Amino acid sequence: MAIEVSIPTILRNLTDGAKTVEGEGGTIGELVTDLDKRHPGIGERLVEGGALRRFVNVYLNDEDVRFIGGIDAPLADGDTVTILPAVAGGMR
Amino acid sequence: MLRIDRSIYDEIVAHARRDHPDEACGVVAGPAGSDRPVRFVEMVNAERSPTFYRFDSLEQLKVWREMEARDEEPVVIYHSHTATEAYPSRTDVSYASEPNAHYVLVSTREPDTVEFRSYRIVDGAVTEEPVEITGTADPA
Repeated sequence: MAIEVSIPTILRNLTDGAKTVEGEGGTIGELVTDLDKRHPGIGERLVEGGALRRFVNVYLNDEDVRFIGGIDAPLADGDTVTILPAVAGGMR
Repeated sequence: MLRIDRSIYDEIVAHARRDHPDEACGVVAGPAGSDRPVRFVEMVNAERSPTFYRFDSLEQLKVWREMEARDEEPVVIYHSHTATEAYPSRTDVSYASEPNAHYVLVSTREPDTVEFRSYRIVDGAVTEEPVEITGTADPA
């Protein structure tokens, strides 16, 4: 199951500068495990304590995976996953 | 140094004033590698809060894809502080994730005084930089 994954600027140091990489998995969680084997270190930037990190947005095609099962969201061959760091902040 | 056109500077300040007392946020896109902020994109603050901002995740995907398609990048990422100075907070620094962007902070705490400052935030280190406002020649 080949999934195309779009990598944000801040993580491209882990993918030799590549903007998109390929991965495999039946769920977002499995995909992250596979990506971490291919690009060591990327897993901990995306997942913490078994859940997606709060300030990383992961999209399956056009949907935010938070709304469709999070780390358990199922993947199908040909899906596209996009990773973007959340843009956020506050006064403290 | 951030060089920014007067018209875009004015749009950022107007957005911050309009959303006060909530924090306002957005980006100014520009051609990749140019360091020129030319396309103003106002974003929704999904938190609608006077103390916190976060881009709406689906709007962010749409805007980031538009930039990708146009070979642009976020040259400026701006937000406002509504009761404190225009300086990045600890939270701002910990979530800063675009090492190439100019992080612009506008404070709306004083109704008659504009505080507009720009920073680089890389690996948790904040460096303030000068802001040069450039004028557009009016058509004759």
